[in-house]
Amino acid sequence: MNQQPICELVELAAAVPDGAKLVIPSDNCGVAMAATRELVRRGVRGLHLVCVPTSGLQAEILVGAGAVATLETSAVTLGEFGPAHRFVDALRRRRIRILDSTCPAVHAALQAGQKGLPFIPLRGLIGSDLLASRPDWKVIDNPFAQGDPIVLLPAINPDIALFHAPLADRYGNVYIGRRRELLTMAHASRQTFVTVEAISDVDLFGDAALAPGVVPAIYVSRIALATKGAWPIGLHGHYDSDDAAISRYVQSAKTEEGFLRFLQEWLGETAVSA
Amino acid sequence: MNPGYSRAELLVCVIARLLEGCRHVIVGASSPIPGAAALLRRELTEGAMRVTILGSNRYNAFTDGGVETFDMAAQGRVDAFFLGGGQIDGQGNINLVGTGSYPENEVRWPGSFGSAYLYYLVPKVILFREEHTRRVLVPRVDFISSPGVSAPGVYRPGGPHGLLTGLAWFSFDRQLHRFRLESVHPGHSVEEIRDQTGFEFDCPAEVPFTAAPEPGILALIRGRIRGEIAETYPRFASTFAN
Repeated sequence: MNQQPICELVELAAAVPDGAKLVIPSDNCGVAMAATRELVRRGVRGLHLVCVPTSGLQAEILVGAGAVATLETSAVTLGEFGPAHRFVDALRRRRIRILDSTCPAVHAALQAGQKGLPFIPLRGLIGSDLLASRPDWKVIDNPFAQGDPIVLLPAINPDIALFHAPLADRYGNVYIGRRRELLTMAHASRQTFVTVEAISDVDLFGDAALAPGVVPAIYVSRIALATKGAWPIGLHGHYDSDDAAISRYVQSAKTEEGFLRFLQEWLGETAVSA
Repeated sequence: MNPGYSRAELLVCVIARLLEGCRHVIVGASSPIPGAAALLRRELTEGAMRVTILGSNRYNAFTDGGVETFDMAAQGRVDAFFLGGGQIDGQGNINLVGTGSYPENEVRWPGSFGSAYLYYLVPKVILFREEHTRRVLVPRVDFISSPGVSAPGVYRPGGPHGLLTGLAWFSFDRQLHRFRLESVHPGHSVEEIRDQTGFEFDCPAEVPFTAAPEPGILALIRGRIRGEIAETYPRFASTFAN
């Protein structure tokens, strides 16, 4: 709850400490790729990355760059572009700890987090190796019914939520539209950092049509302007994903050497910032 | 011999038949054929069957974020869903995580997505995997992302309805915990299915061929459906039809 949340992209990235539990959205919800580049540039380490409920290029690059200690996710996928090579390689070499999850478990644990609850029950899961691989998940008997085992998940309360959105106002309110998981992420996290395509002088709460799609400033610690800040991932209603750039990445990332060459080129470019 | 339709068109047609009677179908990520099939069924019901396609903007009426898929499923508001698997076994267990020992798998796939929940809750889960080989259809999966059946007492209104591959359609018997070969796609044989399937399944003495797409259905697929699915899967839309 910064009094003046608007800052430079570099400052926003510098405010993510090593070892932070960082929560990020899936590719169709606004991925803060420009901020990710600044995180990699500053050499962030030891992140516990929570993906809501999956991630693509963002988790792949952070893992490849050695920024991640623990990855909690329902999937890492680059879709039709092919395997997430750095993610696969890091698992094989035991460079990261993986907490494999399932989409509704990530959502539910964040919802517990936003309510300040210690845990939340969830259907499904019983009999899966997913449950067997998660000693932090417990099975109890439903206290309200006989013979009804149910899984309990501990709440997730991230240190920082990080995403990219179309618009903020200079008071710190952020427009997310109907991408409501971003609101849950903000509610559950201690701080929320957002990059945006534009910053308006007009209070977003002044427009009754926009207000229901706003993350209120009280949750938002930092906002940095980053035009095309999701690139090469798209931002719905603003720009499509840059498929050629993603394909080039996937080609490069087949080997660690190729990935390092990609990083050098990516970091060498001028930050797309205000 | 060219049958006059592509394999993708046949599969779209078969899935659309399987969706008969559904009120709302959700199609998950990376599922162009189920997506086209759901849109075909919607067309045949003149819009009465609702379709949600994850990744689409036109076919997504959610206002509560990604969690709404799962909340709807838990409330019985989703009649059918599709799941695949890098491995699928004869008990309907699916593996979306990887081969070999976890977590340093020999081959690692993206992850379990929503399978460990939706497989339990959606009444008609159609397992769909085009590749029909012993590599995919295994005696026992290496990692159970989600089990095909659950112990008595475990809350499980949903589960596998059957398995559709590029070669055949199997139904799943939730009492016997077994697949049953229902039809073989035209151009293939029961012997070929046996050769390519790594698990045991029930097989009646006479197995019919999967019914070919009717001409009117093919015209719909090549016209309106191709245009509709292009919003979410442009590359697929430009290549799948004959």
